This record gives sequence, structure tokens and C-alpha cells, in this order.
Amino acid sequence: MSPILADVLQVSALIAALALVYVPLGDYMAGVYSSKKHLRVERWIYRSIGANPDTEMRWPAYLRGVLAFSLVSVLFLYLLQRVQNHLPGSLGFAAVTPQQAFNTAASFVTNTNWQSYSGETTMGHVVQTGGLAVQNFVSAAVGIAVAVALVRGFARSRTGELGNFWSDLVRTTVRILLPGAFIAAIVLVACGAIQDFGNWHAMTTLTGGSQGMPVGQVASQEAIKELGTNGGGFFNANSAHPFENPNAFTNLFEIFLILVIPFALTRTFGKLVGSVKQGYAILAAMFVIWLGFVVLMTWSEFAHPGAALHAAGGAMEGKEQRFGVGGSSLFAVSTTLTSTGAVDSFHSSFSAFGGGIALLSMMLGEIAPGGTGSGLYGMLIMAIIAVFIAGLMVGRTPEYLGKKIGGREIKFAACYILITPAVALIFTALAMALPTPIHSAANPGPHGFSEVLYAYTSAANNNGSAFAGLNANTDWYNTTTGLAVILGRFLPMVFVLALAGSLAEQRPVPETAGTLRTEKPLFAGLLVGTVIIVTGLTYFPALALGPIAEGLS
Amino acid sequence: MNNSFRNSARLAWAALRALLVLTVVTGVIYPLAVWGVAQAAFNGKANGSQVKVDGKVVGSSLLGQNFNLPKKNPSDANETAQPDPKWFQPRPSAAGTDGYDTTASGASNLGPSNPKLVQTVNDRRKQVAEFNGVSPSQVPVDAVTASGSGLDPDISPEYAKLQVDRVAKARHLDPAKVAKLVADHTDGRQLGFLGEPTVNVLELNIALQQLAG
Repeated sequence: MSPILADVLQVSALIAALALVYVPLGDYMAGVYSSKKHLRVERWIYRSIGANPDTEMRWPAYLRGVLAFSLVSVLFLYLLQRVQNHLPGSLGFAAVTPQQAFNTAASFVTNTNWQSYSGETTMGHVVQTGGLAVQNFVSAAVGIAVAVALVRGFARSRTGELGNFWSDLVRTTVRILLPGAFIAAIVLVACGAIQDFGNWHAMTTLTGGSQGMPVGQVASQEAIKELGTNGGGFFNANSAHPFENPNAFTNLFEIFLILVIPFALTRTFGKLVGSVKQGYAILAAMFVIWLGFVVLMTWSEFAHPGAALHAAGGAMEGKEQRFGVGGSSLFAVSTTLTSTGAVDSFHSSFSAFGGGIALLSMMLGEIAPGGTGSGLYGMLIMAIIAVFIAGLMVGRTPEYLGKKIGGREIKFAACYILITPAVALIFTALAMALPTPIHSAANPGPHGFSEVLYAYTSAANNNGSAFAGLNANTDWYNTTTGLAVILGRFLPMVFVLALAGSLAEQRPVPETAGTLRTEKPLFAGLLVGTVIIVTGLTYFPALALGPIAEGLS
Repeated sequence: MNNSFRNSARLAWAALRALLVLTVVTGVIYPLAVWGVAQAAFNGKANGSQVKVDGKVVGSSLLGQNFNLPKKNPSDANETAQPDPKWFQPRPSAAGTDGYDTTASGASNLGPSNPKLVQTVNDRRKQVAEFNGVSPSQVPVDAVTASGSGLDPDISPEYAKLQVDRVAKARHLDPAKVAKLVADHTDGRQLGFLGEPTVNVLELNIALQQLAG
């Protein structure tokens, strides 16, 4: 079988698996967020928190919950790393330096998982399992909670109430992420991912050399790292490491885990707003972009333009033999179009266009299908923009899902789409203008610029993947990427929740003959166009200086 | 003002308790539950798929390792290790100075048009061709590119076949027998269409050692 045919089958199998779970998982999640019942373990958790899960919150209260929980998380994770040398199971590693600990804490709490450290030589058992992996769960849960709050904004009228943050956080963790991650972790162990305690020990290799045998709670962390679209690798090589991703099947399985919740949330959305067709339109827009990017990436990597790739006879630098070009391309697109940032191959060595596609994927705002929760709310914001543009064209007050999109709503949506590019581009410009930061780049010319642009795009969009040639463990990058992830995560959330509050207060507008039918293919097409035009144009000048210049030279 | 301060403090306290409770659930109970099942049901895999020869662990079937000649002067950091012709050779590795260092997993991260990578690829092609006595155009792509993890346990069947004659000659074995060994250790795509065909270098070399006696 030719590699391309095998790859087509591989992508088809993935799509079939996602299609199979779409309805059951989407409906199950809709049930989670509309059920009045609390599980016993949840009651116990609410009692320990001291929160009443049945209190309805308006948007400022909901936002305060999100921010308080995230702030406490950053501080806790920072402290945990700073006292690592005193913790049991530290594997002899020192306390993490203040800048790096701040960067890592900010990065994991914001669902980014940008890593300026190398896992196998920095983090002991307690920090990995009790700190980083915990944030893999709860940061994903916070993202989904905010998305659900926005959906409630559409679904509810004349109330302003968006649900209860503690209840959404706990239910997402207990009812969705924990069972999913547990099953996934067992599958990964069965295929060869490790799950053990103890210390690294030296093995004598076949030729009499020495090699360290890694240990760690890898399978459990790997499962939630993908399912929660987090992406922070247990090891430096991330999902390219055989202990994180042992074979071609686990590779496809991990891609499935990355995509499954973000896609299924469109069904949840449809159920909660009372029209699953509305969910299908959003799903269609996400799917078209995802598939288009998969095709472009795969084509570019199989064609392998670029002097070094040409000399090698293929784009296998930074890729694993067991995944090949096809499996690596599929992973690269899926990880950058969600907010995951896990990598099974190293994007810096992709062809210039391939690397550019990974970069553009993140620049689209990670909405196809996007991160857990953040993908859905990002795409709904784009839907509002699309409705607005359509409204301007026909001279009608735009409305979406029975809600008027007035001046206030459009302002929140516009702020949302401006904030992330602003953070990414301003930090990139600063890094290029100042004398020192560019020295971190490992490659000369436009590729060096791409490394810096990639770093800030990845940080501001909470992706966390890297053109890893960049030495990011400097005071400058630790501090600025740490700030970028925080601004890129929480400012958009402020606008999303404010928008949700504003929508929930409105009374519904009756549908008329002139209402734009947002469940039709035409609207899905308009949405795709809006995404490409709005975000693509924002970044085009920067892309021209980096990957496009490199690809054409 | 006092009131708002008290409210903020109460909120922060609730947030801290939420974090601690969820840390117990997702950071202690969850990994221990996975660990319990993993150790009970998949003991060998959960502990790193270790491979034993004569009762001694020689590595993990999932982690690549070096098959180099001993260095002439082990304390000399600048001396590059030379491949041992008696063994099948793995892919180039960017993990650590000598490659296949499990404490430094990772890739070269050199860009697709970086002159340094062009030079490295050309050097590798020349070296592999000379080492195996074949023409440079026969050298497959995985033999001249470093993997993503630096610990890739596999090579392509083409690269394995390319090494048969050289290994057989160095060990005074019948090339047909070595070729059969390679064929026996070649795994097709999983389920017929997942990933790429592979040859696990460590397992192949262990079988080779047994063949040589």
C-alpha cells in the first residue's frame, strides 16, 4: 500500500471514530450541564469547598469564580515547584527557578502548557502528578465551564444568570474528564506507556554502554494531556517519546482524544440551545477548516520542499519512523487547531509551508475545533461576527439564536478577536526590536523570526507547541511568554462572560422571514470565510516575513 | 471597603479549598487508580517494556539505543563515537551528545532550509553509504534524519535491508540468514494502514546475537 493511500485510510478511520461518539458524548455532556442532581462525591466536594452548587451566578460572579480559582492555582503550582527539593519523590531535582516556575505555573493553569523546561531533568513525581497533571484536568474544566456559560447566555432570556461556576467546574472534572482520562490511560498503558514510581535506574545496553530507564506516572498524565487539550509533555520530546506514544495506533488514539471533546461540544451546544442543527452548522465550519488544513499539511510534508528535506529525500527530520509523514502531519494540524500543543514530531523541521500551516492554525484562534471549551466559545464569537457582517450586507439588525447582536455585544466580540493577535504581535515586535531576545533563535534568517513569532502566537493562543529551536528558558522569554499566556487566556474570558451576561438579559426576538438562517450550509460557509478573512488578514504581514519568505527563498 | 475585602478573602479561601480537593481527586486518587490497574494487568508494559538477555535487562524495546564501538578515550568529550559494523545501526539521534540519551529526549529542531541541516544530511548520506558499501542514492530518508524523540526504536525496512551485507560480513554469517532475520523482524503498518512499516533495532540485534551464538 502506498503511504498516501494508507494515510487517507488513517484519516478516514479517525473521522469515523469521531463521528461514532459525536452524538452520545455530546448528549451526555448536555445532560451533565442541565441535570439538577448531584452525585454523592460532588456533594462531598461542594461541602469541602463551602459552596452551594445551586446558586445562580450573574456574569461578574461567574468571572470572579474563574479568576479566583485560576489565581490560587498559579500560586499553588508556583510554590510546589519552588519547594520541589523538599518534596518526596523529587528524583534529586532542585527547586525550579523563580522565572521558570512562574512561566510553568501560568502556562499550565491557562491550558497552554508551554514548556521552557525539560520534563525528565526538572520535575519530580509530586510536581508532575500532583501539580501539572491536576492543572491538566482543571484548566480544561474551566475552559468548558466558560463555554457552557456562554451557551446558557444564548439559551436563557430575561435573567442574566449563567449557572454556577463551582458546579460546572466540578461536574466537568468528575463526570467527563475523569472517566474519559481513566479509560484512555488504561488503553495507553496496554500499548506501552509507562505508569510506575521509583527512581530512574541505569541499564547496561547490548553493547555494554549505559542508558537511563525513565520512570513516572506517564500514562495517566498523557491521557488527560490530550483529552483536556493541554499538551504539556511528561518528557521533553512530548508525544514523540515512545513512552508517551508507543505506536501508530496510540498516535491516532491520541489525536482522537485531542479532538473528541471540542467537536462533541457543538452537539452539546445544539442540545442546550434547543436546536441540534445550530450545532451542526458550527461543527461543519470547524470540520471544513480542520480537514482543509490536514490536506494542505499532508501535501506539503509529502512534497517536502526545502533544501535540507530535498537533500534527505523526505521530511523525516524530527519525525518518528513508526508514525511516518502522514501520522505526524495529522497530529501537527490537530494539535495546533486545538489549544493542545502536544507534538509527536518537531514543527521547526517541517517544510516551511508545513510550519507556516501550523502557525496559521494557531492564528485562526484555535477554533476548528479548538481547545476544550475555548474552541466552542471562540467559534461562537466568530459566528457573531459573521452574523454581524451578513446583517451589514442586507441592512438588518443582526440576530443569532434569537438574540439581537447590538452595539454592546459587537464590542465584546470585537475586543475578543483583537486581544489575542495584539498580545502575540506586540510581544513578537518587542522581541525583535530588543537586542538580546533574538539570540535565542537556533536558526538563521526568516526561520529565526518564525521561531519567535511561533512562540508568542503559541503563548497568546494558549497552544503551547513550539518551534523548539528557540531557547525559551531565559528570563526574557519565561517572563514575557508567561504574561502572554495569562493575557491571552483571561482577557478573552472576560469578554466572553460579559457577552454571555448581556445575551442572557435579553428577551428573545421572534424569528421572521428576514432572519438569517444560521443552521444552513450557507451560514457555515460564511463562518469559514469570516474566520479566514478576519484572522488570516491580521497575521498576513507577519506570516510574509517568516514562513512565506522562507518557503519562497 | 472592608466588606469587599472580606468577600474577596472568602472567595479565595473557597477557591483554595476547591483546588486542594480536586488535587486529591485528580492528582492522587486518579493516578494511583491507573497505577494499580496498570501494575496488575500490564506489569511489563507499565514498567517500560524491558527486554532481558540471559536474565539481564539490556534496554527497553520501546527505546532506541546506540550500537557504537567503545571510544578510544572515554574521557574525551570531543571524540565522536564510531558505529560498530557488527550491529544494525539505528537512526541518527539528537538526544544528548552521543545520541539516545534518555535524559535529553528531543529533536535537532533545525529548519528545512538551514545550511547546517543540509550539510549534516549530506555528511550522513556519505557516511552511511561508505559504511555499508552502497551508493549514496540507495540510502533511505530515515538513515539521514534525526528522529523527533531522539529515542526512535525503529528504522525502515529499507534501511535494515541495506545493512544486511555489512553485518553478515562483519560477523562471518550467511547474508541470506541475516536477511531472513530482518524479514522476520519487519512489522508492517498496524492494522494494515496505521503509521509506517518498522524494524525494531534492539530486538533485531538481540536475535542477531543469538544467531551468531
